[in-house]
Amino acid sequence: MEIKDHNDLFSQPVYQAQFEAKKEFENPAAQSEIDRVSAWTQTDEYRELNFAREGVVINPCKACQPLGAVLVSLGFEKTLPFVQGSQGCTSYFRSHLSRHFKEPIATVSSSMTEDAAVFGGMSNMSEGLENCNALYSPDMIAVSTTCMAEVIGDDLGAYITNSKDAGAVPRELPVPFAHTPSFSGSHLNGYDVMLKGILEELAKPGEPNGKINIIPGFDGYAGNLREIKRMLTVMGVDFTMLADYSDVVDSGNTGHYELYPTGGTTLADAADAVNAIATISLQRVASAKTGELITKQWEQEFVAVGEPVGINATDAFLAEVSRITGKCVPAELEAERARAVDVIVDSHPYVHGKRLAMLGDPDLLLGLISFALEIGMKPVHVVCTNGDKKFKKAAEAMLAASPFGSEATVHNKKDMWHLRSLMFTEPVDLLMGPSNAKFLWKDTGTPFFRVGFPLFDRHHLHKRTILGYEGTTNLLTDIVNLVLDEMDRHAITSDSPSFDLVR
Amino acid sequence: MTTPSVKINQTQKVIDEILSVYPEKARADRALHFKPNDPTSDCSSCVVKSNVKSRPGVMTVRGCAYAGSKGVVWGPVKDVIHISHGPVGCGAYSNWSRRNYYNGETGIDSFATMHVTSDFQERDIVYGGDKKLATIVDELDGLFPLAKGISVQSECPVGLIGDDIESVAKAKTADIGKPVVPVRCEGFRGVSQSLGHHIANDAIRDHVFDKQATDIETTPYDVTVIGDYNIGGDAWASRRILEEMGLRVIAQWTGDATMAELANAPKAKLNLIHCYRSMNYICRHMEETYGVPWVEYNFFGPTKIYESIRRIAENFDDTIKANAEVLIEKMKPEMDAVIAEYKPLLEGKTVMLYVGGLRPRHVIGAYEDLGMEIIAAGYEFGHNDEYKRTYPLLEEGSIIVDDATPYELEEIAKRLKPDLVGSGIKEKYAYHKMGVPFRQMHSWDYSGPYHGFDGFKIFARDMDMTVNSPVWGLVRDVTSTECATPSGAERQAS
Repeated sequence: MEIKDHNDLFSQPVYQAQFEAKKEFENPAAQSEIDRVSAWTQTDEYRELNFAREGVVINPCKACQPLGAVLVSLGFEKTLPFVQGSQGCTSYFRSHLSRHFKEPIATVSSSMTEDAAVFGGMSNMSEGLENCNALYSPDMIAVSTTCMAEVIGDDLGAYITNSKDAGAVPRELPVPFAHTPSFSGSHLNGYDVMLKGILEELAKPGEPNGKINIIPGFDGYAGNLREIKRMLTVMGVDFTMLADYSDVVDSGNTGHYELYPTGGTTLADAADAVNAIATISLQRVASAKTGELITKQWEQEFVAVGEPVGINATDAFLAEVSRITGKCVPAELEAERARAVDVIVDSHPYVHGKRLAMLGDPDLLLGLISFALEIGMKPVHVVCTNGDKKFKKAAEAMLAASPFGSEATVHNKKDMWHLRSLMFTEPVDLLMGPSNAKFLWKDTGTPFFRVGFPLFDRHHLHKRTILGYEGTTNLLTDIVNLVLDEMDRHAITSDSPSFDLVR
Repeated sequence: MTTPSVKINQTQKVIDEILSVYPEKARADRALHFKPNDPTSDCSSCVVKSNVKSRPGVMTVRGCAYAGSKGVVWGPVKDVIHISHGPVGCGAYSNWSRRNYYNGETGIDSFATMHVTSDFQERDIVYGGDKKLATIVDELDGLFPLAKGISVQSECPVGLIGDDIESVAKAKTADIGKPVVPVRCEGFRGVSQSLGHHIANDAIRDHVFDKQATDIETTPYDVTVIGDYNIGGDAWASRRILEEMGLRVIAQWTGDATMAELANAPKAKLNLIHCYRSMNYICRHMEETYGVPWVEYNFFGPTKIYESIRRIAENFDDTIKANAEVLIEKMKPEMDAVIAEYKPLLEGKTVMLYVGGLRPRHVIGAYEDLGMEIIAAGYEFGHNDEYKRTYPLLEEGSIIVDDATPYELEEIAKRLKPDLVGSGIKEKYAYHKMGVPFRQMHSWDYSGPYHGFDGFKIFARDMDMTVNSPVWGLVRDVTSTECATPSGAERQAS
């Protein structure tokens, strides 16, 4: 039986006629007006108007703080994220993360409503802790906040103490907390402050343990966390990855649903993190406050090396690990590096000089810029919604140091509607960004390479790595094959002879 | 009142077991929401309590008023720009996740997949966001000249800091000469999405009806489609049926809707409502104020579609009634063929449903057309009206649950072992891990449409592909074998 679903159904004449007839009731704009405005939005004049915006944000590439708090909490063994505030937020965090990871995400809300807005959320916190502990038996409950709880000024520390005093949860159950107002920063800052809260709660100063800590940051790739761990293991480094959610957001199918999949940083390892030699963060922005805790309170070395995307950034990461641990980069990783370089060398003609629009979180962007420059691609539009001044400076310095960065402009605190104007007025060859950028692909016809978070519309990309030498090989392979696919598609549609069998 | 039957008592025992782990207060509350079904309503203790606050910490699946207004009712209105007014998150998470399909050029004359936000910062909380809102309206008016209006979808802080968006909206409506509609759907209002639907309905009543131009010529065959959000094209598949009956659909609410269509509705001869929960308010208002009667219908599965077509036709002259019969005659062989193909594959399979507005009851008929049986059903945010309409549709002793927690749903699934679970994205992957076939029944799992004759074919295909997929046979418990043998063939042999 032939069954047409939404992909094919509506192109049939009966539906096309329906759509045409429906216009009688729609009061639509005249097609000539639509065409005129559409063309106008592609002009320099429109770009100027668009960049003059002071109030409205259109298609931003960021989420809010508690999303990061939830994700970082999932990185600790048997930890239940608990969000104090309106319940709708928690449903949104759960669905957002499920859409990206294709995994169940357990998080509870204290379900505050209008009465809590008047009286505060103390009773919601207390009953919420009691209920989630009884139903879901966590080893730790990590409390963050929605903007509602922040606006009314809920005192989390006092509420948790009171709840414990009232016997809602056992006194010994760790209940770290963080204030994560959605009206400040982004998901990266929520990740940071919740991690800081967890480490403060758990830290048990003692004998130096000789290890290093790794903070991966808000990373949408479970494969990235695994790759970092693998590289360190190959180097023989004794380490603790903090907030290691790789197995939690990428669990196997065994016929059983585990609310807490096996995995996550153990609470004992997290408690011991204070006794490490140093902490390396792969995302400066997502670990700024945690870094302060580590340097000031723990008096431990803290280095934000950036994300090891590409050869140079991976070299720098491994050099930093070597410096701190005294371990050398072993032959196995050298061999991987050589293979990655080989791949780049073999493919470079297809990526050389390609002009890029790049969009994403600040530290990932720095990694991608470094990679683009080293393979001869030309970043042109670098757009970040949630970067800071340091990010802009670092990105500009990196671009200025390479002839391939000469055409680039870094647009911090800008959104995808700004990028749309940039891409129309100064077209590029390739767009890099998360799934939400697919509308720019449609509008401008620029080939689109998906990278970052969230990745909703393609499956399982988060299981692979884009970090380290292996990640470099993956990235290069995917990018060059996208370029080649476009080349073939162009040959087909333009009926050109350039439909080569060998590339 | 009669003594509860054996079946009801058995189910009650299962429910009591499931609830036993709750702390006392939460257990007492949950017990009121979690019942054995009595189709006759003789069993007074079987009545489900609904539309009250969720217990904190239990992991309710519910959303908020903003989700009900921006996410459901207003968001799909395509030629209006919807400002997610407040911090950035709400709009980021609700952006284009409901698949309310529309025709139009996005960013030019249509805006439904765009995330437009005031991105509140600390200073907006401290000093208020009204000035910023005024600036935003001006900017949007400049950048999007073909927009037919702007709606202001309030997020939590707006109501807490005492902003006066109504005044801003009023002043700006005059300034830009287009409606700026304030919607007070802050997430902390009410107990679920449901209040957001109501607030959104009221905003249409107050800011669109009698205020926005509508100059269509009316005919005796004018109807509306109310409460169809065009998920995967649902409303289009429904509209096809109505048009083939000879009716004229003058407004489609709100999937693929325009501001003009919102304004057109009071001119209809009859309002046809699919999702009763989210739009009954406006239908009642139109009945009281404009004298437009309304009728509920159900376009899931042929049995209900035929029934609904006839019920709708009853309200019109003999021409329409005759058209209805002709259409049914025409479509019946096609529908019978779908059933002939898929019923043998699905007959006797059991289903657990936990969904939103209308689906826990509206899809029952479609499953039954395929020989499937609903053994448990629940609503995230139903009211008493829904439950009253649902009891008679379910077997005695099946489970009916309001505002269920993931814990409860998982326990029901473990005990009743349904062959298929229909629920949402937050539930989906947990059931996959359990090896239980699952379909998202909010977004149609990125398939659809499911409404209408065209939709039923897709529905049948989708249920079969999931229930009868070979993939479930690959699932193996790692703890069940001490030493995994190297190949599947050897495993089978042992």
